[in-house]
Amino acid sequence: MNIKTLMLAAVGGMVGLSGVAATSPALADGEHFIPMLVYRTGPYAPSGIPIANGFRDYYTLINARDGGVNGIKIAFEECETEYNTKLGVECYEKLKNNGAHGAALFNPFSTGITYQLIPKAPVDKIPILSMGYGRTAAADGRVFEWVFNFPTTYWSQASAFINYVAQQEGGLDKLKGLKIAHVYHNSAYGKEANPTLEVLAEKYGYDLTLLAVDHPGQEQKATWLQIRRLKPDWIFMSGWGVMNQVAVKEAAGIRYPMDHFVGNWWSGSDADVIPAGKGAIGYKSATFHYAGAGFKVHDDIIKYVYGGDEAKAKENNIGEVLYNRAVINAMFSVEAIRTAQGKFGNKALGGEQVRWGLENLDLTEARLKELGMEGFTRPFKVSCADHETGGPIIIQQWDGKQWSMVSDWIPTMRDVVRPMIEAAAAAYAKENNITPRDC
Amino acid sequence: MEILYAFFVAPFVDMASDPIFFSEVVIGGVLTGIMYSLVALGFVLIFKASGVFNFSQGVMVLFAALTLVGLMEHGVPVWLALILTVMVMIALAFAVEWIMLRRLVNQEEIVLFMSTIGLSFVLQGFGETVWGSNVKLLDVGIPNESFEVGGILLNEFDLFAAASGALMVTVLAVFFHYTRMGRALRAVADDHQAALAVGIPLKTIWIMVWSVAGMVGLVAGIMWGAKSGVQFSLSLIALKALPVLILGGFTSVPGAIVGGLIIGVGEKIAEIYWGPLVGGAIENWFAYMLALVFLLFRPQGLFGEKIIERV
Repeated sequence: MNIKTLMLAAVGGMVGLSGVAATSPALADGEHFIPMLVYRTGPYAPSGIPIANGFRDYYTLINARDGGVNGIKIAFEECETEYNTKLGVECYEKLKNNGAHGAALFNPFSTGITYQLIPKAPVDKIPILSMGYGRTAAADGRVFEWVFNFPTTYWSQASAFINYVAQQEGGLDKLKGLKIAHVYHNSAYGKEANPTLEVLAEKYGYDLTLLAVDHPGQEQKATWLQIRRLKPDWIFMSGWGVMNQVAVKEAAGIRYPMDHFVGNWWSGSDADVIPAGKGAIGYKSATFHYAGAGFKVHDDIIKYVYGGDEAKAKENNIGEVLYNRAVINAMFSVEAIRTAQGKFGNKALGGEQVRWGLENLDLTEARLKELGMEGFTRPFKVSCADHETGGPIIIQQWDGKQWSMVSDWIPTMRDVVRPMIEAAAAAYAKENNITPRDC
Repeated sequence: MEILYAFFVAPFVDMASDPIFFSEVVIGGVLTGIMYSLVALGFVLIFKASGVFNFSQGVMVLFAALTLVGLMEHGVPVWLALILTVMVMIALAFAVEWIMLRRLVNQEEIVLFMSTIGLSFVLQGFGETVWGSNVKLLDVGIPNESFEVGGILLNEFDLFAAASGALMVTVLAVFFHYTRMGRALRAVADDHQAALAVGIPLKTIWIMVWSVAGMVGLVAGIMWGAKSGVQFSLSLIALKALPVLILGGFTSVPGAIVGGLIIGVGEKIAEIYWGPLVGGAIENWFAYMLALVFLLFRPQGLFGEKIIERV
């Protein structure tokens, strides 16, 4: 065997192995099938890896600790999207019919992919759970029967940020004349908060400046020079990937007071602040769950998934912000299946049945306690008309080593946001000839 | 009329009314431009030696930075990690020559170009397999404090990066113009076969130039990696070098630095003074547009060699 053959064999072997590694437990007729669209490679891998690990670990925990959902195991399979919309749609097409009953639901974990899957969901009868991302108007369940974005959306988040600023400044009346800048990723995702911020600027009289940053956001000097000249009282950021790390570093570089710089929930992970070193101390971000590995569910993951090996669990990102977010997302998925089983029986379920489970999900404080997640996130109840629930947010702050919560749960402005959602959903319905359901 | 004023008068009034801020914008553009030049230099070196656009240069920046930070994470001191990374980049140059280039002597340029695309995927996959995909903090001790001079905010890190870039460009410019090896390198770029015929050691030249490109990549990787953390997106910084190359010329070391400065300053001024008029985020495409305008008048770039071919 010459060296060329040897190398070809090695490469072939690696390709083969990677294919095996991407596939998890073998599918059986009596299992729920949950596809996982992941991005462990590519420019957004630093965010994608803890997310993928969180999903994988929670499903593994349910199988190992509880023997599945009411005795029915979860089969899950990863498909690599590189956070690329085209690849994401390919993964969807590849996995949607796997399992005896097809996919139970999809968690795209990408606003771009979600937008592409929204029209497919009612055709394939597979629900989409875009937890805190995707199309905000999908919160109107009368129009978007197959899409769910609970516990809260970008628009609700933006309104809660303004509520938080008001709290810090001494009341909503103190917003008048304040300068607020929104630094956003120049994409559909990044622009989501703009309409809400604009409506609220008109209502409360603050000066809003919108500053777009082009993908990927490696170079932002022009943006931060503008911030330096503008001297905004508060900055809100809708960033993603490298844009977050550079923004935090640039803000520190121009000596912007970091405790007045608040990222949205995709701009507040460990990976976003660690590269900025000491400069990131004081930076804040919105979130809808706690960070850290101090909850019972984490103890269970260490025990049942990692055999008690805490170091190994840490290597796999346990307790990091995005890991925890994925754990919560996986928990929502599992609880929706459990809810659906209450109606359809303890058996493996398909998309139509799980859609019913999502729409009737009632996550109470007591249930969160049973799941080992008491205080981890907030309870909520989904309904036919409301697929969002408008849940509150909480502000966390980076102290150089970890995130700590520095606010109470901040309510969103339902009175402002819900009419906007309904108007956007009605426009979508008209454009796509959809007759809204009667809820 | 109002629109015309907004586009053709107001930005200049704005510049004149706040000269200190305008100076800060220009200085910011200069410092950023030098950082672009650092990346562009790697492309220029390999293009000069082989006439090929090295698609993998951005990934080489990432690979070098990943290797450095990976070694440091394993407890290797900075100075030793730097030496070891340089050695890895030299080893990479040997491997590229041995596995890829020597089999492609005198092939069409497009074949060599395609091979560098392949190389970028191999390097990226290999780097991520060995060092992982997480964002890594790179701290090699470069100072990072901000200070004001006459109302202009400067950052020690930006100044250090600019000084490193300027030093590197000077050394390389001298090397290419005044050394025997530099002339040999230019001869190889002109014609592989003719260079071989007059006794120029093609393989040695290629190994040397890929090694130097690797080291330039390492410096660029340190500077950009220290800003954003070392992660995959570091390889995308190559996209910022393209307009610099188009503008400065693919074969000119001074062209890379002048091109970098023009692009750096141009995009910052455009973004700050004209960006808000069209919704912002124009600096990426503006850099390409600026380069294309230059192309209309000098297709070979500002400092590139004029292409004369017999037909």
